[in-house]
Amino acid sequence: MGSVAPAHVTIRGLCKRFGDATVYDAFDLDIPRGKLVSIFGPNGCGKSTLINMIAGLIPPDAGEILFDGKPLDQIKFGYVFQNYREALFPWLRSFDNIEYPLKLMGVPKAERRGRVERMVAHLGVKIDLARYPYQLSGGQQQLVSIMRALVVEPEILFLDEPFSALDYEMTLFMRAQLQRIFMETGTTTVLVSHDLEEAVYLADRVLLLSRHPARVADYVRYETPRPRDDDTLSQPDFVTTKAHCLEIFQREVRRA
Amino acid sequence: MSRLDPYLPVLGVAGLIVLWYIAVWTQLVDPVLLPPPTDTFRAMWTGMVGGKLGSDFLHTVERTVYATVIAAVIAIPLGIFLGASERLYRSVEFVVDFFRSTPASAMFPLFLVLFGVGDRTKISVAAFGAALVILFNVAYGVMNARKTRLLAAKVMGASRLRILMDVMLLESLPQTFVGLRNGVSLALVIVVVAEMFIGSTDGLGNRVFEAQQLFAMPDMYAAIFAAGALGYGLNLMFLLVERRFVHWAGK
Repeated sequence: MGSVAPAHVTIRGLCKRFGDATVYDAFDLDIPRGKLVSIFGPNGCGKSTLINMIAGLIPPDAGEILFDGKPLDQIKFGYVFQNYREALFPWLRSFDNIEYPLKLMGVPKAERRGRVERMVAHLGVKIDLARYPYQLSGGQQQLVSIMRALVVEPEILFLDEPFSALDYEMTLFMRAQLQRIFMETGTTTVLVSHDLEEAVYLADRVLLLSRHPARVADYVRYETPRPRDDDTLSQPDFVTTKAHCLEIFQREVRRA
Repeated sequence: MSRLDPYLPVLGVAGLIVLWYIAVWTQLVDPVLLPPPTDTFRAMWTGMVGGKLGSDFLHTVERTVYATVIAAVIAIPLGIFLGASERLYRSVEFVVDFFRSTPASAMFPLFLVLFGVGDRTKISVAAFGAALVILFNVAYGVMNARKTRLLAAKVMGASRLRILMDVMLLESLPQTFVGLRNGVSLALVIVVVAEMFIGSTDGLGNRVFEAQQLFAMPDMYAAIFAAGALGYGLNLMFLLVERRFVHWAGK
């Protein structure tokens, strides 16, 4: 597990119970800096619970989660929900949605506009941001969500199954967009996915979880250089990595 | 969709008038009870343009608007306050539902004692009925704010007050408009009923009642149609305002 560079996020002794079910029990994990980690595992193993605890949406029963040794309330982070339709504010134009976190931070209006415009130009996003979210396609709305998470220049970005509500064509497009954004910003990223192909394709490390109480079943490296494209999906190292992940996944499913 | 589709509602109106004429010509209904449409529309025209019907119409509008405004001013802030805490709302829910279910007309005698014979009673009973409908809808609108949207605001670091002002308030707007539309309809019903009795001398309710007493059937139908047009118009007005300000509703 140990990476060469010091980990960005350190999780130690994490415990979480829901009623009778112990979802996490003395769980440890390191998330490396500037890498994209995808989390994959059997249904109900607590993938989303894990990033929700890291992002402070669900309080853990016990344990410690530190970012460079600091607690969550001392860092800037971004979170992207699966349900973009309900996560965006439909009464605000897309541009105003993106600048909203800056408004919460008390950034003056002129500077907010400047920062959003610079980010949009930098990421090369081509969406009419004067539109309201409901006037955009699903993929475009999720892209607005991602930009809203990125505008504060977060130290870490969380995405909870961000493409699950999109059709396959849009999912492929959004994977490419996310990869480009990751290459541009180099932000430490944690992605929960229920699609193994996506989990491997986007990741530097694939975290495979067991059934609960969740353990690290494997923490697979996938180091094919970016940009990755459709051809990547048929290259031997992708195929073997994915096959390895699938084998571990099947083993964990059967273990029930 | 055919080019004629927008005109389809006219068909129903035309059909009704044709049936009405047939009923009059075949004397299916006693002609004293059912005057021909022409007499009715003439009575409506002369009544509205400079006649007593016009001033009665305005009196009813005035009372309904006052009642709705008073109800909204009280019920919207209270609904937000109660809806912001689900446990608080649950504790007063039965009281709200009980009085919402109580026919407001049953409250007339009580309000008569409190406010005497006059506009204050009519307006306050109507405001009472409308306020409960608005309160209930606003509170539910606030409570049913999408959880993901609240979480999204929270995760971006919004304080509880910011979440209330920036998210819950706007989230509740579509439901608030449902409450306002139901509230104004109920206020009109109560105002018209109040105008029929308790020592009234004007208003559409009074006009309908008086015309019936004098057996002036065209005037009575004219007043009924005027009341219908008023109800429809008030509802439509709120719908148009809603579409303008709550552009995201249902999307």
